[in-house]
Formats: sequence, structure tokens, C-alpha cells
Amino acid sequence: MSRLITRRNFLRTSAVAGSGLILAGCDQFDFLADKSGPARQIMERANVLTYSVQRAVIGEQTLAREYAASEIRQGMRPNGSVDPTTPEYLALKEANFAGYKLTIKGLVDREVSFSLAELRNMPERTQITRHDCVEGWSCIAKWTGTPLGPLLDMAGVKSTARYCVYHCFDNIQRTLSGDILYYTSSDLIDAYHPQSILSYGLNDEVLPVSNGAPIRLRIERALGYKQPKYLHTIELVDDLTPFGKGRGGYWEDTGYDWYGGI
Amino acid sequence: MSQANAATKPKGPLIYRQSIWTRVTHWVWAICLFFLLLTGLQIFNAHPALYIGQQSGFEFENSVFKIGAVNTDAGPRGQTTVLGQNFDSTALGLGMSGNAERPVYTGFPGGVTIPSYRDLGTGRVVHFFFGWIFVATIFVWFVASFINGHIRRDIVPRPSDIAGVPKDVVDHATLRFKHGRTYGPLQKLAYFGVFFVLFPLIVATGLTMSPGMNSIAPWLLDLFGGRQTARTIHFIVMLLLVAFFVIHILMVFAAGPINELRSMITGWYRASPGTPSSEGDKP
Repeated sequence: MSRLITRRNFLRTSAVAGSGLILAGCDQFDFLADKSGPARQIMERANVLTYSVQRAVIGEQTLAREYAASEIRQGMRPNGSVDPTTPEYLALKEANFAGYKLTIKGLVDREVSFSLAELRNMPERTQITRHDCVEGWSCIAKWTGTPLGPLLDMAGVKSTARYCVYHCFDNIQRTLSGDILYYTSSDLIDAYHPQSILSYGLNDEVLPVSNGAPIRLRIERALGYKQPKYLHTIELVDDLTPFGKGRGGYWEDTGYDWYGGI
Repeated sequence: MSQANAATKPKGPLIYRQSIWTRVTHWVWAICLFFLLLTGLQIFNAHPALYIGQQSGFEFENSVFKIGAVNTDAGPRGQTTVLGQNFDSTALGLGMSGNAERPVYTGFPGGVTIPSYRDLGTGRVVHFFFGWIFVATIFVWFVASFINGHIRRDIVPRPSDIAGVPKDVVDHATLRFKHGRTYGPLQKLAYFGVFFVLFPLIVATGLTMSPGMNSIAPWLLDLFGGRQTARTIHFIVMLLLVAFFVIHILMVFAAGPINELRSMITGWYRASPGTPSSEGDKP
């Protein structure tokens, strides 16, 4: 008899405990989404820790894994902007990017610009790498382009420069007050990394519009939102706060971590 | 059972069973795992599919698990696909949740994600914050438990524990629990599995998803068979930890919630009658 009651009590208490757990999720923790809130500010320090630790343990030149050609099993999945509609971009696209210029400016000794033909005639690097989207999926593709480092050296990066800001043509978001253009940024280690190439070729074809034509920067040790498509200007700066909402990129402004290496 | 009976019933000794290290790490983990689970489901919802291999098949099939929504004659329904088998998962809130007028199409429903709506950025910030604390706590626990003998005494099963498993299974099935000085065979096996298999595995598969870590430790990719397989294993280990948690809580209630909770807060535990007393025990 006593065993029966014990079991019944046991089941009842378990059920109560179980329902409490289900209720616990809900929306009590939605305040963590408030980027100006103190809890969020503290938690974002973990991103700084991740960045510092990865920079400390991973060599500046350590390469991302490169794959065999047999690992290319599908086309490169387009995501984010796939067909920009700004007048500037449409005009360039119309002329097959004949008038395209990549500009390097800001904290440099001399501002420099390169046409698409000039970029294609520079030393070329081809790499088969895995693209990891922040959403969780991965896709392996072959990227061809010219390393960014030597171009930065041509411009002469000033010793005060700390970051590269990558300005893009695509209107990733259209609002009532106008288009929001894509941008992101990196430190100089990622910019000078040997696999950081200004890609104009994808899977042995000319880089298509849906994947960022005419130029997409690859930063292979970071997630997809750190691989700016439709790139037109690289600005060397010592402070990221004047751009967008000040967090170093379009997605970063919405709450993604700036480093993007995890 | 009457009051009079309870009063006359013999009591075992009150033993100091859980060190401060065990107790503090236990509760820090409890908080960490709560947030890691709910933000992990938020992150999963950004692409609610799991694959085997290096990459995700969009033009070929290598998915093993997928949550989505489909249109049927009866309107939209949540659908979960496991190893190619489709299940209507609307009742579970997988793929489709919310009320009929305002359905929400996410993998896991908002009730089990942080935040309760789609916000991958916040999910990642909170996940990595607690991920760091979780890893640091594992480190502290291993060092402390190695030094104070907790691992040797209570966690690593001995041959006698393995031999005692069948009897312990029967005891658990009939809710007859022996409250001894150290853990029972099933307890040891469960905790050994959590500390030496599941915890290391969920941390390592998590790191394997980091493109930065992949450059310094590409062997992790080989060990787990690719980034997407690592993501799948990360998810499966999560399910195993949830299963552990459910059984853990059931056992606490079955074995006497007050006594169990007291031992994990104050360290003092009332052993079963007949447990030999030793120095330091209280009556």
C-alpha cells in the first residue's frame, strides 16, 4: 500500500517538475536581445575573449583547410544579396563591369584603384575551401583571385591603421529612409592572410552576380558574413564606430559577433 | 506510513558526501546547460537540418534530420524528417507552432528557444558566453575532482561496480534505492558517461564548427568526419544530455528530493540505515 502511494506521489511531483521546465523557456530571457542592456554587454565580452584566444593560439598565417576537386559536389549556394538593384551597380553590370574600380583608401600612404582587368592580371591564387554560413550550413567551392595583402602594400598601410572596412554595392536591406548598403570589416591579420583573395572566379567560371560579381573577398577562417560580395572599396581605419551602427558591419550591427571565426 | 512509524524507524548516519567543488560546479553547469540548450535550439533554427560530411547537400542528399513545414490538403503542417522518414510533428510544435490564426514556422517552437523569437545573433552571443563558463567549470571540476579523489572514488566504475549492475538495475526498476557513502554502479556509469564522454564530445564538436579552430586543428574535422557531421554529433550529444537530465531529475525525486537536494547544497547526505559510520559523520 505504502509503495503505491509513493509511486503516485513520485509521478505527480515529476509531472509538476516537468511542466515547470517547459514553462521556463518562453520569453523571460528576451531582454538579452537588447544590445544596450547590461547583461548583453557583459555577455558580448565572451566574443572578445574568443577573438583574443583564437588570435593567440592560431598562427597569423595558418591556412584554412583546402579540399580536393572531388569535394566540389554542387554549385556555390548564394545567400544574402543575390541581385543588387542600386543604380550604380546596375550600370556596371550592364557594361559587364568594364568601368569597375576597386579602391583602397583611408589610412594609406596613397589611395589606389584597380580595374577588373588589372586585378585579373595580378598573381593568382586558386583555393578549394569550405564556406561556412553563420546559419549552420557549409558548401565547398573553388575560388580564384588575387591576394589582398600585396595590394594593401601597394597603397602603403599607415601604422595607425587597425582595421579594413569593406564597402559593397549591394543594398542588403531597403528601408523607408533609403537603402542600407552591405559592409563588413576585419583586422589586418585577416586582411593579410595568404588565403584572403579578391576572388573573380568561382568553380572555374567567372564569378556570377549571385555570388558577388565582380569581386568577392574571401576570408577563409571566418563565417560567410565576413566574405563581402560586390566589393568596391577597402578603407583602412583605426576605429569602426563611424560606420553603420558602429559595430563593424551590416550583420554585426544586427547583433552578430564582429570576429566571426566561430 | 504514519508519523509514529517514521519516528521509530532507524536512521542512517548523516555523511558529508559532496565537496564544495562538486556542489559549486554542479549548479554552475545546471545554469550553463539551461542556457546552452535553449540558445542552441535557437541557433539550430537558423538552418534546421543536419547532415553527414564536410558540407550540406543542396544539390545532393546527405541530410539525416530536418524540420520544416509542408502544405497538405489539411493546410500547412510541421514535418520532421529523420533518416528519410517523414513524420507529422505539428503536435510537438516542430516545424509549425503557435495558434491557428498566427502560425509560426520555425524548427523548434519559441517556448524552448532563447530569445523566444528568431534572433540568431543573440542566440550565438548567449551560447558562447555560457560555453566559456561551461568549459572553465569542466576544467575546475577535473582538477579538483582528481585531487580530492572524487573521480577515483565516485566516478570511474570498478570491476565490482560492473558486476553489480544487474542488481542495481532491478533496484532502480523497483524504486528501491540504497543511499551509500559512494555512488551505486548505475550512478557511476551515468556520471562517467557524462564527464568522460558527453562533456568532452560536445565541447570538441562545438569547436569543430569554428572555421578559426579548423585552421589550427584540422584533425578535429578528420576525427568527426567533417564539419557537418560534427554539427550532427553536437546535436545528438545534446539529446543524450537532455535524456540524462530527465532521468537525473526523476531519480532525485524517486530517491528522496529533500535529502538529495540537501547534499548538493550543504554537502550533507542521510545514508540508508545500516550504513557503517565513519569519522566525521553526524548522527
